[in-house]
Amino acid sequence: MEFAFYVAAAVALAATVMVVTRLDAVHALLYLVVSLLAIALVLYTLGAPFAAALEVILYAGAIVVLFVFVVMMLNLGRVALAQERRWLAPRTWIGPGLLALVLLVELLAVLGPTPPVQPGAISAQAVGAALFGRYLLGVEIASMLLLAGLVGACHLGRRTTEGT
Amino acid sequence: MNELVATLAGYSSAWFGPQWGPPVWVFVKTLVLILVITLPLFGCVAYLTLAERKIIGYMQVRIGPNRVGPAGLLQPIADAVKLMFKELIIPAGANKFLFVLAPMLTLMPALAAWAVIPFGPEVVLADVDAGLLYVMAITSMGVYGVIIAGWASNSTMGFALVCVLLVSQSLNLSDIVNGQARGRFAAEGLNFLSWNWLPLLPMFLVYFISAVAETNRAPFDVAEGESEIVAGFHVEYSGMTFAVFFLGEYANMILVSALATIMFLGGWLPPIDAPLLNAIPGFFWLVLKIGFLLFCFLWFRATFPRYRYDQIMRLGWKVFIPLTIVWLVLVAAWMQTPWNPWQ
Repeated sequence: MEFAFYVAAAVALAATVMVVTRLDAVHALLYLVVSLLAIALVLYTLGAPFAAALEVILYAGAIVVLFVFVVMMLNLGRVALAQERRWLAPRTWIGPGLLALVLLVELLAVLGPTPPVQPGAISAQAVGAALFGRYLLGVEIASMLLLAGLVGACHLGRRTTEGT
Repeated sequence: MNELVATLAGYSSAWFGPQWGPPVWVFVKTLVLILVITLPLFGCVAYLTLAERKIIGYMQVRIGPNRVGPAGLLQPIADAVKLMFKELIIPAGANKFLFVLAPMLTLMPALAAWAVIPFGPEVVLADVDAGLLYVMAITSMGVYGVIIAGWASNSTMGFALVCVLLVSQSLNLSDIVNGQARGRFAAEGLNFLSWNWLPLLPMFLVYFISAVAETNRAPFDVAEGESEIVAGFHVEYSGMTFAVFFLGEYANMILVSALATIMFLGGWLPPIDAPLLNAIPGFFWLVLKIGFLLFCFLWFRATFPRYRYDQIMRLGWKVFIPLTIVWLVLVAAWMQTPWNPWQ
C-alpha cells in the first residue's frame, strides 16, 4: 500500500509538471486527467475510497470533460501555441518560481516530521454521517453558493432577444 | 477446485520464495481471472452483433445474414477478419498517438468495470465495498474516448441509482443483490415481485432509457444521424481502430444491462422460490436477464424512430431529472413509514 502511495504521488507530480509545461492545451488537459487519477489513487491508498471515487467521477469525469469541450470548441491554433511558448520563456517564470520555492521550503520547515497516516478505510456511510451531522452548516452554505452560481449561469445564458 | 488452487499457490511459493511467492501468486491468479471474464465477453460482443442483425432482420421480415456458416453463425468471425485486414487510415492532420489511443480509451473502461460485477453469490473478481462508485468512476472515463458523446445523461443514470442505494443501504453490488432476496413478496415465494424494479419502477425506466442514450443506441444514436450530424468515429476511423470502438460500444451495452440486472432485476436470483428453479445455477439467471435487456436494446432500435437532439435534451433535463428527484424524496419518505417493503 505504501509503495502504491509513493508511485501514485510521483505520477501525480510528474503529470502536474507536464500540465504546466505543455504548449498544446489539449495535451495539458489530458495530463491533468492523469494527475487527477493519480490523486484519486493517493486518496485510496490513504484509506478514503469514497473521496477517491468522487475525485474520479467529479473532477476527471465531469469537470475536465467540460474543459476539453471548451478547448476543442475554441479551436486554439498556432497563435495560442506561440503565446504559450512566450509565457513559458525562462524570464517569465523564473521570478515566480523562486518566490514559490521560498514558500515551499517554508512549508516543509513548518510541516516537519508528521506522524505517519494510519490507513483505515473510511466508508461512504461515515462520510455521509459527517457531512450531514457535524458539517451540515458547511454543506448548506456550499449548496446555497452553488445555487447562486446556477441562477447566475442561467441568467447569463438566457437569450436576450426573447420573443422577437 | 480448492485443492488445485492451493497446490498452485504452493508451487508459486516454492519457485519465488516465501516473500515473493504470495504476491506473485495473487498477480497471476488475478490475471487469469481477468482473462476468464474478458475473453468470453469479447465472444458475447461478437455474437451480439450477429444477434442484432438477425433479430432486427426478423422484426423487419428479412432473413438477416445467412451465408457464412450454418444459418450465418460464423458471420461475426468473418467480420472480425475483414476488419483486421482493412487498411488503417490515419488523417494527416490528426495526432497519431491520440488517434490510436482514443478507441482503446472507450474499450478499457467498458472492460475494467466488470471487475466488480458479481456473477453469483461470492463469484466476483473484486468484492469492493464501494463497488457501485467504482463502476461509475470507471465508466465516466469512457467519455474521453468518444468525447462527442455525453449529454449529461450521466447525471440521470447516477440519480436513478441513488434510489437503489437508499433502499439497499450499500454500495457493494453483491449486497445490493442479496438485499433484493428479502421482502414481503419474497417471503411468499414470489421473489421477482420483491426485486427493485417494482417499487422503483420509474427509476428502472429512467435508468434503462438513460442507459440506451448513454450507449448511443437507437433511438438516441445522434452520433449516427445522417440528417443532423455525421461526426465522430464513424467517419474518421477504419479497420481495427473502428473495430475497437465498435467493440467498446457493444461491451458498454452488455455492461449497462448487467448493471440494470444487478440493481433492479435481482442479479443472479431465481424469479420464483421453487426447488426446481433454485437448482439452476445463479449464473444462468444472470445471463438470462442480461440477455432479455439486450434484446430490449435491439427491439428499441427496430421500433422507434430516432429522437432529435433537442428532444433528447428535453427528455433528460426536463423529464428525467425532476422525476428522479421527486421519486428519491418519495422513496426516502416511504422508507420511514410502516409500509416500508425493504425491511
